[in-house]
This record gives sequence, structure tokens and C-alpha cells, in this order.
Amino acid sequence: MTNSFADFDKAKMFFVIGSNMTEAHPVAASFVKNAVNAGAQLVLVDPRRTALADFAKIHLPLKVGSDIALLNGLMHVLIKEDLYAKEYVQNCTVGFEELRAAVEKYPPERAEEISGVPVEQIVEVARLLAANRPAMLIYTLGITEHTCGVNNVLSCANLQMLLGNVGFECGGVNPLRGQNNVQGACDMGALPNVYPGYQKVNEPAAKAKFEKAWGVDLDDKIGLMIPAMMDGLPTGQVKAFYIFGENLANTEPDISHVEHCLESAEFVVANDIFPTETTRFADVIFPAAAWSEDDGTFTNSERRVNRVRKAVNPPGQAKPNWWVFKQIAKRMGQDWASNSGQEIWDNEISVLAPQMAGIKFERIEHDGLQWPVPDLNHLGTPFLHKEGCFTCGLGNFKAVEWTPPAEVADEDFPLVLSTGRRLYHYHTRTQTGRSGGLNDLLGQETADISVADAQRLGISQGQKVAVSSRRGRVEVAARVTPEVPPGMVWMAFHFREGCANWLTNPVYDPVSQTAEYKACAVKIEPL
Amino acid sequence: MATAKLSLNSKEVEFTPGETILQVAWRNGVKIPTLCYLKDCTPTGACRICLVEVTGARTLVASCATPASNGMEVFTDTEKVHRARRLAVELMLGSGEHNCLLCEANGECKLQELAYEYGVSAGRFEGASQHYPTEDQNPLIIRDFSKCILCGRCVQACNEVQVNRAIGFGYRGAEAKIITAGDRPYDESDCVFCGQCVQVCPTGALTEKKAKGLGRPWETKKVRTTCPYCGVGCQLWLHVKGGKVIKVTGVEGAQPNRGRLCVKGRFGYDFIHSPERLTSPLIKQADGSFKEASWDEALDLVAERFTEIKQKHGPDAIAGVSCARSTNEDSYQMQKLFRAVIGTNNIDHCART
Repeated sequence: MTNSFADFDKAKMFFVIGSNMTEAHPVAASFVKNAVNAGAQLVLVDPRRTALADFAKIHLPLKVGSDIALLNGLMHVLIKEDLYAKEYVQNCTVGFEELRAAVEKYPPERAEEISGVPVEQIVEVARLLAANRPAMLIYTLGITEHTCGVNNVLSCANLQMLLGNVGFECGGVNPLRGQNNVQGACDMGALPNVYPGYQKVNEPAAKAKFEKAWGVDLDDKIGLMIPAMMDGLPTGQVKAFYIFGENLANTEPDISHVEHCLESAEFVVANDIFPTETTRFADVIFPAAAWSEDDGTFTNSERRVNRVRKAVNPPGQAKPNWWVFKQIAKRMGQDWASNSGQEIWDNEISVLAPQMAGIKFERIEHDGLQWPVPDLNHLGTPFLHKEGCFTCGLGNFKAVEWTPPAEVADEDFPLVLSTGRRLYHYHTRTQTGRSGGLNDLLGQETADISVADAQRLGISQGQKVAVSSRRGRVEVAARVTPEVPPGMVWMAFHFREGCANWLTNPVYDPVSQTAEYKACAVKIEPL
Repeated sequence: MATAKLSLNSKEVEFTPGETILQVAWRNGVKIPTLCYLKDCTPTGACRICLVEVTGARTLVASCATPASNGMEVFTDTEKVHRARRLAVELMLGSGEHNCLLCEANGECKLQELAYEYGVSAGRFEGASQHYPTEDQNPLIIRDFSKCILCGRCVQACNEVQVNRAIGFGYRGAEAKIITAGDRPYDESDCVFCGQCVQVCPTGALTEKKAKGLGRPWETKKVRTTCPYCGVGCQLWLHVKGGKVIKVTGVEGAQPNRGRLCVKGRFGYDFIHSPERLTSPLIKQADGSFKEASWDEALDLVAERFTEIKQKHGPDAIAGVSCARSTNEDSYQMQKLFRAVIGTNNIDHCART
């Protein structure tokens, strides 16, 4: 997030797109609702009528995967009606002419044709955004989990820069991270192209810095991303696979394919706290200390590094994950000095990652600090690109074209399946499924369908149905709901039985390699 | 604008117009007890505990709901004030079954605290004629109406803080009751089990079912940590007794959640004590079954196999996926293992999901 959660209840305008906040980020949603109750305006863009729609001034139920057409349509109106932030665009950005040329091709009529959002609403929302600045743009995986995910994000940034909304309190581009420490895992360089602190592995200076710090020679070739790792298993390009705390056999698209890949691995190692569908494929499983059994930090969506504390001992022989990695390193010839979460952070991470230089455990005993924190006296950065002074110099408009999802509904598979999370469970339920009470609140997967489709197909509330795609078939109960528009099936991936990922399409954004979890073609039959 | 001033217990203090008497007093270190007052919510003045004397006012006023005004003369500690607060406590004690012996809130009950402070016991007033049965037809929250003093904090937490709009007041007079969904149980209402109502309840009227009987406030240690679920990073207190986490509450005033939690953050903690936890290193046998092994055995095997594969096929034949749920320190350490020891940049995590 460019901005902070503390901005939410002070903001006067929100543009929430592809984010079912009340279920996936309920506490963040509560602050948005507070702001709306205090007079803020909310535009909600989502194919489903999610709970936040009750608080929205306008809900735009766009068609799945049409985000760019809609966003370009909004920008078309802003430019055509001369409502964009001219001074800001001129002083703080580059690439406006290319953007203008691109969005020129998306008059509201064409945007309506692609997105299904009526022309009048597109014009109304554009004017509303122009009249209420700054607005906070909030997005989640509804934007990123598409083959055009990166372009969707660029499009969101384009809109906010065109409105002059980046660089101010209560503005900005704000992705809500789905996992507690997905921000941190990126910051730590658990990515194939960067060291901790986003220092590029193929930049000689960065490589030299880490070679010196770690006392080894490093490789400057960018590594593989998860989909390529998986595909490399059956071909033999990847022989050994180390899976730390991820239940890939349930979370990745097209489970049959994923399991085939895992089966073909020569050697699989797993660190986990429970046996999972994925640890079945392991040759060695290390029992890990869980959350609350070890000291360390998480970094939240607003870049705040928070303390995580040990409250109880791990069971049996379970050990902290960092200790396991240290022990393997030792047996492969390297003796690492740091011997606790605090030593790893204070003596390595905050020394090597410039954004974290000012963060030490003693400074985050209470509330955490928001990076960048360049030195020990710095108080953290609640919002980035202050006053439109972009970190990279000038804000870069990247004009993008709409592209449809890789698989669209057709005669054989006439419905669109979109997937996500539900309130009472988290991911594959390894944790929430073992926390008392939550299974009672939600005990099974359902296929959420519209009233119209249910009537057309003769499906009654709670009836067992088969949902199938070109990749698989699941049997689940139907949940007939006005939340879902006609033509859509909506499912989650919390339950192995009926997991949406038996159906999802393993196609990826070419840049980010994010899978298209939000769109594939399915059919549904009553059983 | 001239600075606004008032007299607080005969001492002149400044205030910003819009502040309530309570806010001015607290800011100046003057203690006024409260019960129904919930920070950042509309003051209701329902409980009459924060009454103060204002010169010239017809009656005592609720300091939480009365704006400070210029030249006002306020007394917070007079006999008249004490008498009124005592009466309010006595009325509340008479309104239900405030038996502390088995109450989960014993030791952190605001009503008990006030009764102790003002030396008040139950008995002067007869109990309310209408007693509603305890409602616990859900896995997480127990509602004991006999301990409800109708302060309305749960109503405000639900409507003004979390804005889930599930809880409200029902009925009138002696029949008054806190209700959900036209007086149906929690699990048949719009309740999403964030549990904020339990966190703000000043008595034992709302308690957590899972924590029942597991420990009382003075027996537990509170450890502050960060929630392990979504990317909001809520700050929470782990209530620990005997090596177990028995309850979780939100850290009031902390960034970013300011005391708020959702159902997963508040109730999704006990997986750590599940009997299904992995407790020993495991090595797969030829027949596909797993056998317990010592750490040395398992670590040696992994180091040997990695070294062998690296020598035979090069470092890029090894790939790793780190965990977006675990700590920064764990992720740092894993990428360091891959880059500095194995010698490959084949390290990733599910950043995209």
C-alpha cells in the first residue's frame, strides 16, 4: 500500500475494486464503513454484490476480467471532460500522451460493451472521482489474479495518477495483501530476482554487497518462479524441491497437474506444522514451531514491521524454521552467526536492506514502523511519493489495452468460475479448520450461483451439484444467492473436497506469473 | 478565537470546543469512572456512572455526553456525585444475578470494580422481574442476560465500531434486552462473530465459550503479537496460562487495528495446540510411509541429498518456496540458504495469491 490503514476512517472517497474486504480483510473494511458513516463516498467495483455494496454510493457489477476496459473508460471521460489533474500530470508524471492515445479508444460505449457497466454509470463515477479528491483506491486479488494482472495494476495506478491522488494522505494505490507476511516475504527477497530490500540479483553492485556480507560467490542469473519450478519437476530440470509452509497441492491451479508435478520430483523437503496434502509428497518433513512459538516480525500491507512474539513452547521436537535452515547451511559447510529472530533482524536484515536500516527490535516493542525507515531516528513512512514526488522521479503512466481472460465461457462450459476466500476460513484450513468453532460456522464448500441460473438449471438451495471445467470436476452443494450475477459460479479453496482449484486454469500473467484464479469456464449440473 | 477555559475541581483548565467534560477531565488527570462510555463512539450517557456536578445545572450531568463550555464550573468528587454513583451501581447490581464466584469476568468486571470502590453490595433493590435465559446456540459466544446491565457498549461496538449492524436494543422498560435479528440467537442473525461485543462488555454478560473455565485474568500472562491471518496485521493479546493460549483480544489503541479483530484473529488461535501437530522429523520409507527420525538424521539426509544433486546437476536443479505466513526472519534465512549455500536464485513464495 502506498498509504496507511490509519487513513481509512479519515478518507472522503474510496474506489474499491476487486476486493471483498468484509470477508477477506474485515478489520480494514470496518474503517471504510466508519468513513462512509461519517459521510465518505464509496464506489465499489466487483462482479458480485459483496457486503460492502450496502455501503456504496454506486456499485459497478462489471463482467469478470473487464477491469481495464472499465478503468480506461473512466480515464477516457476524465480526459474528454477535462476533469483530470492537469497540473499534477504535467509536474509529476511522464507518459501522459501515450495514455491519452490508449484511452481514446475506450469511449464509455465501448467500455460498456466489454464490462457491462452502463455508459451513464461510467460517466457518473468519473465525475464523482474528479469532484472528490483525493480518493483512496483499494484493490485485492480481484485485480491481480488474471492473465492481465500486471496490466490491471498499472491501470489502477494510471487512474490514480490521472486524478492526482498519489502522494497524499487518504489517497494512493492500496493493495490489501492477502497473507499476514506476504509483504515481508517479498521484502526479504524470497523472490527469484531480488535480494532482501529489492536489490537486484543481476545488478553487480548489489551482488557484490551480498557476496561481501555472506562471504560467498553469488549467481547473478534470475531464478525460477513457482509455476516454472513446478513445471520443471516432471521435465527433470528441477530435481529437488523445498516447500516451506505452503500447501501447494490445494492452493495452486489445476490440482491434478500440481500433484503430477510433485509426484515427479526426485527429492522433496517440507517444513510444516501439520501434515498436509502437500507433505504427502515429501521425502523429509521437518516439524516447525508455529506462530506464537517463536520470536520475529511480520510486515503488513501498509509496510509496517510488527513484532511477533513467542508465548508458548513448540510441541515435541518442533523447532523454529530459521534454525532448520541454519542447520542445513551448517551441514553444507557454512556456519551462520545469528541465533535468534532478533539477531537475524538486527544484525543482518536491517543492515542489508536500506528500507529497514532504522528498524531494530527495540524500536518496535509497541507499534511497528512503516518502511522505508532509512535511519535510527526516522519515524517511518505512512505514505509514499509525498506530494507527487515519486520515489523513481516522475510517476510513469503505462498505457495498457484490455485483454480477455485466457478461457471464456463457451457452449460446452457456459459459466465463468471466479474464486476467492470466505470469512470463516483461511486458505486450505490447516489452521482455521483446527480452531474450535470455525468449522461449525462454515463446514463445507459451496458453489455460489445466481437465482436466475438456479431457476434455469432447476437447482434448489443446498442441492448437490457437479461443477466441471476442462481440468476437473467437483461435487458440492449449491448456494443460491443474489450476491452472484447470472453467468457466474463463485467458489473458494478452503476445503479439499470441492476445492475450486480442481477446476481453475493454470495460465499466468506473463510478468508476475500470477495464475488466473478469477476466471475460467465451467458448467454446472444438478445431481 | 480566545482560549476556552473551565474550572475543574476549582482549578482552571483549557479545552478545545467540542470536547466533553469527561475528555477534559481525563486529559487533565482527573479520574471519572465510566461504564457505558466507548471511545470514538457517540456518547449515550446511559449508565449514569460518570455523573459530575456542574454549578447552576438543574441536576448532575453525565460528563461523557456533556460538552465543555466556557466558564463552566465542574466538580467531580463531591458527596452528591458519590451518592449518585453509588445509587447507580446499586441499581445495576439489583438488575440481575451478579454472582461473581463463577463469573468469567471476575477480576476484570467494571461493575465489580465500581461496587468495590463505592462499597456497594447487592440487595437493596429487588431483581428485575424479567430474566431472559442464557443464549449460547453458537460455538463462540455466551450471552448471559442476567449479568447484562444494558450499558449498550456491545450495541455500539457492533454498529459504530465494526459496523456489522447485528446487535440492538429490544423491548422497553423492565423488559429491555439486547437483541440480535429481532430477538433470535446470534447464529441466526447478521452476526459475523468478530467478537467485538465480548471485548467491550464491562461485565460477564458476554463471554467467550472456548475460554470458559480455562483461566482467570490474574492467572494469565498477556503477550502482545501480530495476527497470523490476513495482511492487515492486527495487534493482539495472547492470554496465556500453563503453556497454552486460552484467549485472544485486540490491543486497544494499537496501530493498525485500534483494538478491533475479526472472527479469524479472535477465535482462530487454538490450532497451535492441536494434537495433529507435527512433533518429530519424518523420513519417507521405501513403502511410502513416514518414520520418525532424529533431527541429526533428517538434517544430514537433506544436506547430503542437496549436495549430491547440486554436484550432479548444478545448483539450479534445486528450487524452494518460502512461506508468506511465517516470519521475515524465516524467509530471510531460507533465501540465504538458497543463494549463499546452494548457489541458486530459485527461491520464490506465493506472493501472487
